[in-house]
Amino acid sequence: MNLTLKVWRQKDANSPGRFETYEARDVIADMSFLEMLDVVNEELIAAGKEPIMFDSDCREGICGTCSLVINGIPHGGHRGTTVCQLHMRHFQDGQTITVEPWRARPFPVIRDLIVDRKAFDRIIQAGGFISVNTGGTPDGNAIPVSKQISDKAMDAAACIGCGACVAACKNASAMLFVSAKVTHLNLLPQGKAEKDRRVARMVSTMDEAGFGNCTVTGSCAAVCPKEIPLDMIAKMNRDYALAIFKGE
Amino acid sequence: MKLDAKIPSGPLPQKWDKHKFDIKLVNPANKRKFDVLVVGTGLAGASAAASLAELGYNVKCFCYQDSPRRAHSIAAQGGINAAKNYRNDGDSVFRLFYDTIKGGDFRAREANVHRLAQVSVNIIDQCVAQGVPFAREYGGLLDNRSFGGAQVSRTFYARGQTGQQLLLGAYQALSRQIGLGMVKMYPRTEMLDLVVIDGQAKGIVVRDLVSGQISSFAGDAVVLATGGYGNVFFLSTNAKGCNATAIWRAYKRGAAFANPCYTQIHPTCIPVSGDHQSKLTLMSESLRNDGRVWVPKRKEDCGKEPGSIPEDGRDYYLERKYPSFGNLAPRDISSRAAKEVCDEGRGVGPTKLGVYLDFSDSIKRLGEDKIRERYGNLFEMYERITGENAYQTPMRIFPAVHYTMGGLWVDYNLMSTIPGLFVLGEANFSDHGANRLGASALMQGLADGYFVLPYTIGNYLAGTRPVKQPTSHAEFKRVETEVTERTKRLLAIQGKRTVLSLHRELGKLLWDKCGMARNEAGLKDALQRIPQLREEFWKNVIITGEAGSVNQALEYAGRVGDFMELAELLCTDALMRRESCGGHFRTEFQTEDGEAKRDDENFSFVGAWEYQGADKPPLLHKEPLVYEEVHMSTRSYK
Ligand SMILES: Cc1cc2nc3c(=O)[nH]c(=O)nc-3n(C[C@H](O)[C@H](O)[C@H](O)COP(=O)(O)OP(=O)(O)OC[C@H]3O[C@@H](n4cnc5c(N)ncnc54)[C@H](O)[C@@H]3O)c2cc1C
Ligand code: FES
Repeated sequence: MNLTLKVWRQKDANSPGRFETYEARDVIADMSFLEMLDVVNEELIAAGKEPIMFDSDCREGICGTCSLVINGIPHGGHRGTTVCQLHMRHFQDGQTITVEPWRARPFPVIRDLIVDRKAFDRIIQAGGFISVNTGGTPDGNAIPVSKQISDKAMDAAACIGCGACVAACKNASAMLFVSAKVTHLNLLPQGKAEKDRRVARMVSTMDEAGFGNCTVTGSCAAVCPKEIPLDMIAKMNRDYALAIFKGE
Repeated sequence: MKLDAKIPSGPLPQKWDKHKFDIKLVNPANKRKFDVLVVGTGLAGASAAASLAELGYNVKCFCYQDSPRRAHSIAAQGGINAAKNYRNDGDSVFRLFYDTIKGGDFRAREANVHRLAQVSVNIIDQCVAQGVPFAREYGGLLDNRSFGGAQVSRTFYARGQTGQQLLLGAYQALSRQIGLGMVKMYPRTEMLDLVVIDGQAKGIVVRDLVSGQISSFAGDAVVLATGGYGNVFFLSTNAKGCNATAIWRAYKRGAAFANPCYTQIHPTCIPVSGDHQSKLTLMSESLRNDGRVWVPKRKEDCGKEPGSIPEDGRDYYLERKYPSFGNLAPRDISSRAAKEVCDEGRGVGPTKLGVYLDFSDSIKRLGEDKIRERYGNLFEMYERITGENAYQTPMRIFPAVHYTMGGLWVDYNLMSTIPGLFVLGEANFSDHGANRLGASALMQGLADGYFVLPYTIGNYLAGTRPVKQPTSHAEFKRVETEVTERTKRLLAIQGKRTVLSLHRELGKLLWDKCGMARNEAGLKDALQRIPQLREEFWKNVIITGEAGSVNQALEYAGRVGDFMELAELLCTDALMRRESCGGHFRTEFQTEDGEAKRDDENFSFVGAWEYQGADKPPLLHKEPLVYEEVHMSTRSYK
């Protein structure tokens, strides 16, 4: 199939960007979206032009590096799928596709489709961990954890930190990302000791980084490639209220 | 160069404890005077950086991704081994040790592997304490599954995302130290060279992948945890960015490179679908717990619908050839068996390079829900890539390059032949011999970072004084200039071929001549063609853009330039090793029934190569493998 791409190009954070149009020819249904871009880039380079720059690494939907907005939807809008796992069989011959970077104030564009997501790391640094040093920990089976709790913690821990939730939200809220980590750690018995401090510090770092408020539109969960459910946010709000009440 | 493995004396089970007692300690107040540079934030790097910072060292940590959480370890699916014996099925430290030595086809160092098995139990405790959500049973205790090459159930897992969860545990421990100011993190920063002053590793030269700026960092020790070099084959299960640059530059600065030809081809990956393919996707080995591998008995049936082929028309070749391990035969053996049936013309799928992995029996036995619970995410991944529903039709799989057992040579302390340069995780050669068993790379990465390096680095640092060379030192400036010149040279070529096309050609050559089966004629041919291809690269590559900004084509070119050199060493090593062992299968050396034929008399050594300069062949050093505890036997899984 042949496609027309309208791709966002931007030299760096300080330059204005614009859409450029490219033709993608002889696209095969088995290609992933990124492999299709690879082919376009090969042609650009061979013609002496600069390729379209985008982030990717694992190309298996787990590292959270890839970050493209396709036709207005982060990761392209296929249930539980990152853009590196989105295959061209979902597109039609002759289609025009727009490709943009995550757009959110806390994620400035670095180049073309590449954005800076360091704000997410800062939130984790503020409290997204259990404070244990290496060594001297009790036997792995010393604390039983019910399967139900452990499964729920795993559902939350499945977040890949890609930032699609922020990109999808009109307020650029990071609540789904933060609540997934808070839920993962606060649910487990190991994480209870610093439950209040964790949520308080992560939320305040989130606010400082410039992420917006949550107005519960659900657009974050709708695009989440790991299908993190919206109820994580409700759980975090409860934990947060309690922490503030206790004076954290 | 003299290889001294520094294996402690005494009985095997006591070596590590004795060593820990014997080694020198750094006084707590002095630790913060030492700067340690950790390159890599995968399981090995993140766990090391966090643990060293907890001890009080000043750590600087680097990765090429935008966040340390995205290191390639994140992609590991199946699980991590530990000799906990929670199943009461006869596991023990000794059994894990023995399985790993045997799995490695008696080409690994006994003392290292025993230590690995010993600390494996601490790893699970550590990860649980960090909040890693391992799978649990209804009673609340940890669950296990089986992996290839073992007859006990000792693999801990977190759904099909074990690597992700372990890495997030280590990343969180690292983040905590970053937050505390004990680690300074440099993401989107690529190490391009090592700086050695007076014979000791004293720093690194890096390129900032955003600004393009080249600069230096000085330290009292350098730790490389930069992962494996499987991408030298172009198509592999590794992340796109995985590369050999850090270890290759260290090799060229004097670190010996051990066993480069030991590469692992994983039996269960999604087959190649076309030339556009940018990487291959693994289907976790854990699937072989419940899936049965087969091909049609008759060539004529290969094009038919799998469901229409009756039981007696199917060849469950692993169960037939290896009845006691069946579908859980080790990777090298399973991969070769798949190649064999495809070579016989009995492969399935459009390219005929594929075999079935069939779940219908397990679905009948356990129900679809149980299978979904165990492997749901893998089935979904399969469907996304192939468009097929594996609950209804068997998966098609084929072997693909997956892991590299070879790497920089290290002694028992994980120090390379350059004093002050430590190498951890997949980047070193230490524990897996000629073949790695499933679920033991995660174990090794975390063992190295959490429980080995924090002790052994102290032993080195205690013997030095914390006076780091300033980065204004002439040697730093010299290396920086070299790196800058290389970048300029790459950009100046302006030829006709893209980096990708040259990389693909190199990969295909290696896969054909030095892949699942190797022989003298093929290796000699490859050794002729690799230098030609390298010349083509340096004459005819085209890289657009500039050095002073984000330039992904330039980053890629630097990595492929190094692969072009490493490929030659890989083939040189494969040619030297005139035996078959583990993943290294020389067709000239096989038993009558097609199994690998080792030559213990002449080849029970680690082959460590020393760089001699661009125009000279590398020099081989041999570290003899001495087995005190185990008896070297023919490895059999029948
Ligand atoms: C798909 C897949 C599934 C797997 N499943 C399993 C499994 O179930 N069980 C198991 O035990 N093993 C598994 N493995 C193997 C295992 O995941 C790896 O061997 C292991 O994670 C390697 O960890 P590492 O820390 O050594 O390196 P990596 O995780 O590869 O990390 C390398 C780090 O080095 C950095 N880096 C590299 N080069 C540079 C440079 N030049 N400058 C700066 N930084 C650099 C990277 O940014 C990264 O942070 C799997 C591997 C794959 C590919
Ligand atoms: S590239 Fe890793 S999730 Fe897409």
